[in-house]
Amino acid sequence: MNINIIAIIKAAILSGAPLLYGTSGEILTQKSGNMNLGVEGLMFMGGAFGLCGAFVYSNVAGANAIPLVAVIIAIICSFLAGVLGSLIFSFLTITLKANQNVTGLALTIFGTGVGQFVGELMRIGVGGNVSIPNNMKDVFANSPLPAFLRNIPVLGELLFSYNMFVYMGIIIVVIMWHFLNKTRKGLYLRAVGESPATADAAGINVEKYRYLATCIGGGISAMGGMVYIMTISGCVWNHTALSGEGWIAVALVIFCFWRPLNALWGSVLFGALSILYLKLPIPFLPTQIYKIVPYIATVLVLIFVSMKENREDQPPAGLGVNYFREDR
Amino acid sequence: MEEKTPLIRVVKNENLSKTKIWCIRLSAFVVAILLGCLIFVICGANPIAAYGEIIKGAIGKSTGIKQTIKIATPLLGAALALGLCFKMKYWNCGAEGQITMGALGAAFFAINFGTKLPSIPLLLLMCVGGVVCGAVWGLIPALFKSRWNTNETLFTLMLNYIAIGIVAWLQGGPWEGKPGSQIVPNFPKAAVLPKVMGIQCGWILIILLVFVMFFYMNFTKQGYEIAVLGESENTARYAGMNVGKVIIRTAAISGGICGLVGFMVASGVNQTIYSGIAGGVGFTAITVAWLAQLNPFAMTVIAFLLAVLSKGSSALQTAMGVPSSVSEIIKGILLLCLLGCEFFINYKMILRSKKEAK
Amino acid sequence: MENVHAVEFVGITKRFGSVVANNNVNLYLDKGVVMSLLGENGSGKTTLMNMLAGIYYPDEGHLLIDGKLASIKSPKDAFAYKIGMIHQHFKLVDVFTAAENIVLGLDEEGKLDRKSINKKVAEIAKKYGFDIDPNKKVYEMSVSEKQTVEIIKVLYRGADILILDEPTAVLTPQETKKLFDVIRAMRNDNKSIIIITHKLNEVKEISDVVAIMRKGEHIATVRTSEVSEQQMTEMMVGRTVELNINRTEPKNIKPRLTLANITVRDSEGLKKLDDVGFVAYGGEILGIAGIAGSGQKELLETIAGLRRPESGSIIYTPDGEKPSELVGKTPMEIKNAGVALAFVPEDRLGMGLVGGMGMTDNMLLRYWNKKKGIVVDKSESKQLAENIYKELEVVTPSIDYPVRKLSGGNVQKVLVGREIASSPSVLMSAYAVRGLDINTSYTIYDLMSKQKEMGTAVIFVGEDLDVLLALADRIMVMCDGKISGIVDARTATKEEIGRMMTSLDNEGGR
Repeated sequence: MNINIIAIIKAAILSGAPLLYGTSGEILTQKSGNMNLGVEGLMFMGGAFGLCGAFVYSNVAGANAIPLVAVIIAIICSFLAGVLGSLIFSFLTITLKANQNVTGLALTIFGTGVGQFVGELMRIGVGGNVSIPNNMKDVFANSPLPAFLRNIPVLGELLFSYNMFVYMGIIIVVIMWHFLNKTRKGLYLRAVGESPATADAAGINVEKYRYLATCIGGGISAMGGMVYIMTISGCVWNHTALSGEGWIAVALVIFCFWRPLNALWGSVLFGALSILYLKLPIPFLPTQIYKIVPYIATVLVLIFVSMKENREDQPPAGLGVNYFREDR
Repeated sequence: MEEKTPLIRVVKNENLSKTKIWCIRLSAFVVAILLGCLIFVICGANPIAAYGEIIKGAIGKSTGIKQTIKIATPLLGAALALGLCFKMKYWNCGAEGQITMGALGAAFFAINFGTKLPSIPLLLLMCVGGVVCGAVWGLIPALFKSRWNTNETLFTLMLNYIAIGIVAWLQGGPWEGKPGSQIVPNFPKAAVLPKVMGIQCGWILIILLVFVMFFYMNFTKQGYEIAVLGESENTARYAGMNVGKVIIRTAAISGGICGLVGFMVASGVNQTIYSGIAGGVGFTAITVAWLAQLNPFAMTVIAFLLAVLSKGSSALQTAMGVPSSVSEIIKGILLLCLLGCEFFINYKMILRSKKEAK
Repeated sequence: MENVHAVEFVGITKRFGSVVANNNVNLYLDKGVVMSLLGENGSGKTTLMNMLAGIYYPDEGHLLIDGKLASIKSPKDAFAYKIGMIHQHFKLVDVFTAAENIVLGLDEEGKLDRKSINKKVAEIAKKYGFDIDPNKKVYEMSVSEKQTVEIIKVLYRGADILILDEPTAVLTPQETKKLFDVIRAMRNDNKSIIIITHKLNEVKEISDVVAIMRKGEHIATVRTSEVSEQQMTEMMVGRTVELNINRTEPKNIKPRLTLANITVRDSEGLKKLDDVGFVAYGGEILGIAGIAGSGQKELLETIAGLRRPESGSIIYTPDGEKPSELVGKTPMEIKNAGVALAFVPEDRLGMGLVGGMGMTDNMLLRYWNKKKGIVVDKSESKQLAENIYKELEVVTPSIDYPVRKLSGGNVQKVLVGREIASSPSVLMSAYAVRGLDINTSYTIYDLMSKQKEMGTAVIFVGEDLDVLLALADRIMVMCDGKISGIVDARTATKEEIGRMMTSLDNEGGR
């Protein structure tokens, strides 16, 4: 059997890209102490609105459409959709102090509904599958890097052949790592997630930090949905393929010990697990069992973390707990 | 003198009259309905006609009512199961997986003994199989919770997808009917729940369960243990309760009830098993249980309401061409509004007043 | 001199629900002055200071800082007014380093430059005589180190007004001495310092003026040099402490509990009890004295079976029965073996009672498992709830009203009432009168004495030495998880006990 390692790595990275967004966004959210279980809904909304934005633009601009503008519009639309969804979550949990688990799940119900609704509405609107011009699809799917880099043997394929969202995701994660670990604001945000009462006593505006982290994080997560639809599913609305992606992202957050840089290899690993059954079938291991490996791995990490009791690897101590200053 | 009090201050409010509480909830409901109107306007449908269509579709005809009850039954069953865990402040988010495993347990007997056993012992076996599988699935995270305090929210969430994956594998592998179909063939007749008043008899069981749960939570020792543990683990230990045992037992009971629901949907509704058999019920049930403040009777009302919405919307699609996913959106809006309104029950806002307080 | 005070409280009132925590408080403090805020537990000291620190907002009245009207809505506002508070429960992020905690929430611009922060921290430490490692994580620190971080945190922000909430409660005598040196250094730096305390000797030692609070009201502010401890106590409690506790001579005492070589570690491996051994007799009250956190809580929890000792034994000898070993038994087994331990934990709502439940359901904590069958029988506990409601005069709208919403004294009555009703042969109580008014406290002392007369072995962990001396038959003094001695309460003096509380190497132990 001829196993093409490079092709496998490449496919793993590509299929990990949406997870990279979903996970890094949720890491930012959870670092603030908000456990937003609505990632699934956010990714649906991001996917649907991202596609919708690119589609509407290509229709309006017609032949004059500039593919790169479509990309930017898709990014903006998906990000804003995520911000909007997280804003609902933030308002309910931070301002109205509703239970985070339940609100997150309600957001998932709402978000998947909205995503599907927009997808169906577009289909009804065109009377068939929504599609955008091929030259646009290429910009979404192909590497933005110059040919001489891509043509380097092996390395070109391995490092420079990906679509722009892969590189953008890496940049976002690195920026997030820098923000959380090297800046004051990042330190304050982590304090809010670890111990809101302490942060509050230190004069940090807990509500503001939680709102901002949750909304920006939600926006990034939602972009993951857009990346999935525009690259993996080939610019076609496909809600069955997208479903479950958000939950894997939540799993990956735990798997990465809430550290952005771990999300880099974590997303590749989980991405690999979701495509390996195609590329590297293992005899006697059914493909469906292959697919649940990420969840099993996450469970094992969860158990391992709780057994080890290493203070550095624990979830943010204030995760999932709403803060009310005058609580006695 | 210049007043510098903050514009709005939020303080705890503990003594609100029952009437006021219900007024607040009712207004949240109205707000949700109004927001729903907006959605209909976006799809170009007349909101009033659309709501009329929903109600007509769900409870207008007897077939509609039957469908609605069919949808409400598993939702209520799962909510009852979760209510137990939530009372203990154990965040079981794994009803989806526990239902799926319950269906799996039931399907095992249906597939292997479907033609060998008469109906009643077979159904009993399936029921036991479902309950046991659901209970085991609920038990696993509880074991780790009681031993290492492993986060149960995330654990149960992951188990959902593991359960779904296992069924997906069986569906495409060992239990596959026609090769390549990815479908488990329909259960034999003997493995199908009989109907009462035209609906599979599970609903009677669940209605019974509402009363059983109410009794269990309020009048039994185990219910008392759960209530104490939910308030304070230290107090529970102090009162001589075996905290680990209570957690494990409750999670198992909760999982068992979900398994029962799984048996009912597999045997009664679908007469087969597939990976999506729980259909999101486990997740919606979390919100149902929470919004009902863990009261079994309130759960009944909310579950029925959501079922009306689901059934009505599917009728809406055929009647007015509105995407059926509208029901999910309105459901989401309704849940979010009801969640938000609890704030106005538990807290009150004090606006800055112009005059100095006396 | 101008007549402007560093801080002035004008007519401050704060309520929590129906409880008035502070009532029309007028109080001021000048620069370069150390003020003690003295009062019993629950007299509203901390609440008052929390309003200065921006944690609470007053319902009525206002604050003046340097003579100007100040609206302190949040801790951030408090910092802007150069006010810093060191809370009793430290507000630190465990997984952060000292330096990270110190700069938390500052509006400083630029990158998080750990080097320059460390340098500045070192400067402050040098100026006031602290000892600190800026890169140490908080979860690896001792209590005293954590307190140091808290104080530097406040100084780093350039605070001119420092509030310390019971700073010495968790410190060893050496650490306390060091802290006081630091406080004096800060006073010489013209800072205003408020120390919340209820320890008279410390008031005398460190403060220039003392403000006395009672039941949420400000009673008086006086110069420390012009007031005696006796006078302060009078103002604090509102009348001369003539502790009229009716102490009877113990009759036919028998060994009930015999502890030997008990050593207990907490979850982090720190020794909480170190080789503890003593005998508690039926028919006497054994008082336990010590600085908070010297192992009193752990001792009671170990006897109750809530903690497993690393080594040692606890022999229990009920009346006319064979002795049995308690170590290794679960709380349930201890009960089932016929051992009646009545335990009034320190943290009433956290451990002894269920806040969200009414009196009846709280009585049930003792009875829920008594009868066979799956159904819980509430008749007995309902009867008991009604008895306690009447006999101890609990103020509650109904016996099914959540106890969380009752006042501290009533909560305590419910708890103690229930424990005593089980007619125990050993009654352990920790800080049973904390936060109670004098009358209720006496009710509790009475109940304890009655139990003793009935032959119960009473173990009474207290914080007020006067009470211990008047109530107990013997007093065991604990220090740092060890027993520093057991004295006869009829002959011992406060000074003697006080000395034993703070040091182990004394000759007084028997």
